[in-house]
Amino acid sequence: MSKVRIAQLACGPEYSGVQNEIAEAARSVDAEIFFPDITLKDIRSGYDMFGLDVRSPDLKLAIARARALVEGKVEADAVFIATCFRCAEAAIVRNELRRYIHENSRLPVVSYSFTERTTAGTLLTRMEALTTIARRRALLAREVQEGLTLGVDSGSSTTKAVVMRDNQIIGTGWLPTTAVLKSAEDVIELALKEAGVTRDEIQATGTTGYGRFLVGEKIGADLIQEELTVNSKGAVYLADSQHGPSTVIDIGGMDNKAISVQDGIPGTFTMGGICAGASGRFLEMTAKRLGVDITELGPLAMKGMSTMVPMNSYCIVFGTQSLVNALAAGSSPEDVAAAACHSVAEQVFEQQLQEVDIKEPVIMVGGTSLIQGLVRAMGDLLQTEIVVPHHSQYIGAVGSSLLASGFIKGT
Amino acid sequence: MAKVFIYPTTSLILSDLVARFGHQPLSAALQVREKIQTAGLESPPLQITPEDPKKGLKYAAVEVPSGVRGRMSLYGPMIEEAEAAVIIHDADFSFGCMGCARTNELIQFLLRKREIPILDIRYPRSDDEGVEFVAAIRKFLQDLPGGGA
Repeated sequence: MSKVRIAQLACGPEYSGVQNEIAEAARSVDAEIFFPDITLKDIRSGYDMFGLDVRSPDLKLAIARARALVEGKVEADAVFIATCFRCAEAAIVRNELRRYIHENSRLPVVSYSFTERTTAGTLLTRMEALTTIARRRALLAREVQEGLTLGVDSGSSTTKAVVMRDNQIIGTGWLPTTAVLKSAEDVIELALKEAGVTRDEIQATGTTGYGRFLVGEKIGADLIQEELTVNSKGAVYLADSQHGPSTVIDIGGMDNKAISVQDGIPGTFTMGGICAGASGRFLEMTAKRLGVDITELGPLAMKGMSTMVPMNSYCIVFGTQSLVNALAAGSSPEDVAAAACHSVAEQVFEQQLQEVDIKEPVIMVGGTSLIQGLVRAMGDLLQTEIVVPHHSQYIGAVGSSLLASGFIKGT
Repeated sequence: MAKVFIYPTTSLILSDLVARFGHQPLSAALQVREKIQTAGLESPPLQITPEDPKKGLKYAAVEVPSGVRGRMSLYGPMIEEAEAAVIIHDADFSFGCMGCARTNELIQFLLRKREIPILDIRYPRSDDEGVEFVAAIRKFLQDLPGGGA
C-alpha cells in the first residue's frame, strides 16, 4: 500500500498550534492527514441527521465529516479524531464519533485530546498503530506461529523475549529494563538458552515496545511494530479468542492500553493515562512502601478489603500520600494493597475504559495482569470474569514472535 | 471613524458594511468557501504556534482548552482595541462562522465588559427581516463617531 490516508476529524488543533505535530506524526509513519472534503450543505444535513445538537460549528463539521466517511462519500484508510483536552462538549462528540465509526465502518479509529504541549512523539505510537491496521491487515490476520521465531518486547519497565517453535513457546526471558540494548541482549540470551537454540537458527525476529526501533535495528528484526497491535494480537492468540470481539487491557509500567478487538484486529483503542498513579508504577511504589516484592502484592491484596482504605491514585503523589496516611493510621498492609489495586483499576476504568466498547471476553495482559488483586478489582468494576492467559507477562514478545513468522519465506 | 469589532469575525459581508460606513472593521477577514477543504469551519491557514495559546492566558485561565486560548490570542487584542461592536446571532455558516462555541461566549462576554456601543442583532431568515437587518446595522454605524456614507 502507498501512503495511508488518515482522515482527521477535529476541533481546535490548528488554534492550539499542534496541527503540524499531528501531520508530522503521520508523516513519520508514511501516512498523510487529510480533511474530508464536504460542502456546506453536507454539514447542515450531516449533523442534523446524526442527532447530536452541539453548539460549536467545528464539532458540527466533524460530525458531518464522520457521516461522509461512514457513507463512503469520502474514502480513507483510517480516522484520527482530535479535540481540545478539557472541553466537555468536544469529549462527548469525540466519544460518540469514535463509537459511530467503529460500529458502522471497518475504518480503524483513534481519538486524542490534545493540549498545546502535544508533540509528534506523543502521537507516534497511535499513528503507527492506525497505519499498521490499515496497511498490514493480512499480517494481523495470522493465527498460527510457524517455524522458529524470536519476539522481543522492550518496555518502559521490563524487557521480555520469547522464542517460539511451531506454535509453542519454548523459551522466555524477562528482566527489568536498564540500558535498553543490554537488557534486550540479556533477555534474548535467556530465552535462547531455555529454548536450547542458537541465534543463527532463528528464522525471523520481531520487536515491540518503547525500545522497538533501537533494539530492532540492532538485532536486524524483520518486524518492528508498536505495542497496540502486537499486544492485542498476542492477547487473543494466547487467550484462544482469535475470532469475534474481545477487549484487551494492558496496564503497563508507564502507560495503559485499552483495545477493542474484532477478529484479532484492533478497532478502537486508547493509550495513556493522566498520571503514573493509574499505572503499574504506582503498584511498584506500593509494594516498595509495604516492604514486599511486587510479586507478593497480588496475593496480599487478595486478603484485604479495598473499601477499608480511602485511596485515590488519580495523581501518583496524592496516591502515595493516601498510602502513607493509611499506614500511619494503622491500616493493615492487606487492606492498603487491596486499595492500591482498586485505585489503579478504578483510574483505568474511569479514564480509559469509558472510551472503548467493552466486549467480552476481557483479557488482561502485561506484567500487572499477574497481580491478582488488580485483576479482581478490574473484574469487580467491569462485572465480568477477566481472562488472564498463560504467559500474559510476555504478551508483546509473543505477539511479535507470532507476527514475525509471517516473514519466514514460504509461510 | 471607529474601530468596530464584528462577530462573526470571519464575515466578509459585515466587514464590508462596516468599511462602507467609514469605520475600521476589526475582523479576521478570512474567506469561508462553499467547499470546505481546510481544518476548521473558519479555516484560516494560521501560523499559530504552541506559544499562542500561552499568550491567550491573558484572557482565559490554563484550565480553559488550548483551542480557546489560541483563538483568544488572536481575538483578545482586537477586543481590547474595539470602540464598538456588531454581534450577529445565529448567523448562517455562509455569512461567517466561528468554530468554537466556548470562545464565542467568551468573546461576547469580554466585549460587553468593555462597555462600548454594541449592536446585538439576529441573522435574518426572510427578505423582510433582511431589509430590517441591514437598516439596523446602517443606523448603528451612522450613529457612531465619524459614521457616514
